[in-house]
Amino acid sequence: MRTIFFLTISVCVSAIVFAANDANTTKPLETPKEEQKPFKIDDVDTIVNKANLMAYYQGKNGRAKVSMKITDKKGQVREREFIILRHDVNDGGDQKYYVYFLKPTDVRKMVYMVHKHADPKKDDDRWLYMPSLDLVKRIAASDKRTSFVGSDFLYEDVSGRSLLEDTHTLVETTDTLYIVKNVPKNPDLVEFSYFTVSIDRKTMMPMKMEYYDKNNKAYRAIESVKLEKIQDFTTVVKSVVSDLKTQSKTEMEFSDVKYDIELEDIFTERYLRRPPQEAVR
Amino acid sequence: MIRLKYLLAVVILSLGVFSSSLFAEQQTKDEKNLLSNMDFHGFYEIRAGYRTRKDKYEKDMSIMEQRLQIDLSSYLDWANFKVRGDVIGDLVEEQADFDLREACITTSPFEFMDLKVGRQILTWGTGDLIFINDLFPKDWRSFFIGRDTEYLKAPSDAAKISFFSDLANLDIVYTPQFDPDRYITGERISYWNSNLSRLAGRDAIQHTDKPNRWFKDDEIAVRVYKNINNYEYALYAYRGYWKSPGGLNPSKTQAIFPDLNVYGASVRGNVAKGIGNLEFGYYESDDDQSGKHGNLNNSELRFLVGYTQEIGKDFTAGLQYYVEHMMDYGQHKDSSPAGLSRDRDRHLVTLRLTKLLMNQNVRCSLFTYFSPSDKDVYMRPNINYKVSDNLAYEVGANIFFGDYPSTFFGQFQNNTNIYTAIRYSF
Repeated sequence: MRTIFFLTISVCVSAIVFAANDANTTKPLETPKEEQKPFKIDDVDTIVNKANLMAYYQGKNGRAKVSMKITDKKGQVREREFIILRHDVNDGGDQKYYVYFLKPTDVRKMVYMVHKHADPKKDDDRWLYMPSLDLVKRIAASDKRTSFVGSDFLYEDVSGRSLLEDTHTLVETTDTLYIVKNVPKNPDLVEFSYFTVSIDRKTMMPMKMEYYDKNNKAYRAIESVKLEKIQDFTTVVKSVVSDLKTQSKTEMEFSDVKYDIELEDIFTERYLRRPPQEAVR
Repeated sequence: MIRLKYLLAVVILSLGVFSSSLFAEQQTKDEKNLLSNMDFHGFYEIRAGYRTRKDKYEKDMSIMEQRLQIDLSSYLDWANFKVRGDVIGDLVEEQADFDLREACITTSPFEFMDLKVGRQILTWGTGDLIFINDLFPKDWRSFFIGRDTEYLKAPSDAAKISFFSDLANLDIVYTPQFDPDRYITGERISYWNSNLSRLAGRDAIQHTDKPNRWFKDDEIAVRVYKNINNYEYALYAYRGYWKSPGGLNPSKTQAIFPDLNVYGASVRGNVAKGIGNLEFGYYESDDDQSGKHGNLNNSELRFLVGYTQEIGKDFTAGLQYYVEHMMDYGQHKDSSPAGLSRDRDRHLVTLRLTKLLMNQNVRCSLFTYFSPSDKDVYMRPNINYKVSDNLAYEVGANIFFGDYPSTFFGQFQNNTNIYTAIRYSF
């Protein structure tokens, strides 16, 4: 028995080592040059399309350190800090995210990973790695409008809402802004009746998003409060969400932002268990 | 204890050697060394719990301890280092203890290979609090008396070598000296003693004859896995011993750990709106291939199917069905004393409900095991409230009931307990 067992193992090892030598294992991620799904091109679609690329798809990948400050209505503050690594599978389409937590201490070194699918019919694939148990967990989460790490940001705010989920109308063009109204195609899936996005006409960066309830009352706003030019990419380095209903507020700041880094395919189980240098150091 | 000291000495010594040699070399460059890269964290916790039923074999206090965990990690260009350990003041056992959870080095000598050596926590497989192909040591004592779930995993002293390729990935875990579970001995948890044919506890501490020769009584666990379109497929093999006592020696004076080989497979991925998983394992009880020995565990086929879905806002439900099927039941039945043979199949259903409240600062969870064949239940309700980023309160219970005193969970009826804890993390 023992001999057979070791024989089997050694065959497996040699097969894999051979295959590994043959195929360069961790090859750099290639971004396929294929075009994203065609959107109906008229003015408003071009606008939302460009704004979406500005907000979520700059460079072919990116790395940043994110600090969140969550202040509830009683004034109690909670902090979150994590490193985020992003890779665009295709521009405006699928993406991969790797989030390595630094704060608070009870979640330190946990890793949250997403393979985001732009197709609204396909749920994202999500994983959580818990280092104290060495446990790689799949997360069943179909609702993207739940809080991200207990903050006022929702999962969808962090990784982007598919443009295919809403009907877009250009309601106003001011000297500096386009104001676009977005009505969900499937209102049962969301808590808002519509939201507006104010887009800077020069940079095409979304500057403010306001969410309205069924009574047409604004109850939630996300604002880009500080922008910087990093490697020629206009970047929001600070944004704030205010929830008027819960009177809670979350500030999110980005530091050490880098685009187009040399990033191998780290969005796999291997790197959940052994966080990559890009995240840790 | 000697093992632990030996291991600690090796780790500290190697850390010292590496840091000093690299310190000399790199100090002028960027002053990158183990000390300056050192990350220091941990927590302090007080945990108290009582039995809700009188147990004549155990103390009323089920848990009463304070615990300080220190977590040190650092890195050099070529490796990561980690040491994490708990100092425990235990009022139930009236002693102080040190539990070294991790002391290991992780490195990638080649692009296609990772290596992790030393004391480490190891987990694989798809079950939720059910383990088929994960044959790394578990701490059932901690689990049943209400310690944090992280303590269900006991550390292994092992080397984990991983190879990665487009074809598949391979993990090999070699444990040079058998690491058994921290199983029920009677010291903290009363149990069904089949020799005495009654419940027992501190009056009948289970003594074992543990295989403990270095490099002879070893364990090897292998996993080959591959992700295809985010469906995770894996094959497993294990050669070692039953992790908790799986039989008695011929004179029936000591519990033993018979030889065990396990072969299995699993798959996990998106199903409908949630995550589904399937896993099976064939447990080959190597010392009792034909099931003749009534004193040794029979070979078994174990099968698990599970499904988890979000059923409301911050509300998740997970359902699992699990079965253990004895391969040579007839032989087992014939050789067991009358009335003491178990059913051929042990069926188990689990349900996990988790709800997050108050901006995810409160986590309410209930995990329930229910066996329709054994007619017993084990429930684990728990509420955890994060008062601030550093401070958390917790209350919970371990509730056992069953129709018979000898079944897997039924035997623990008198250990039903409630507990509370406060933890400060830094």
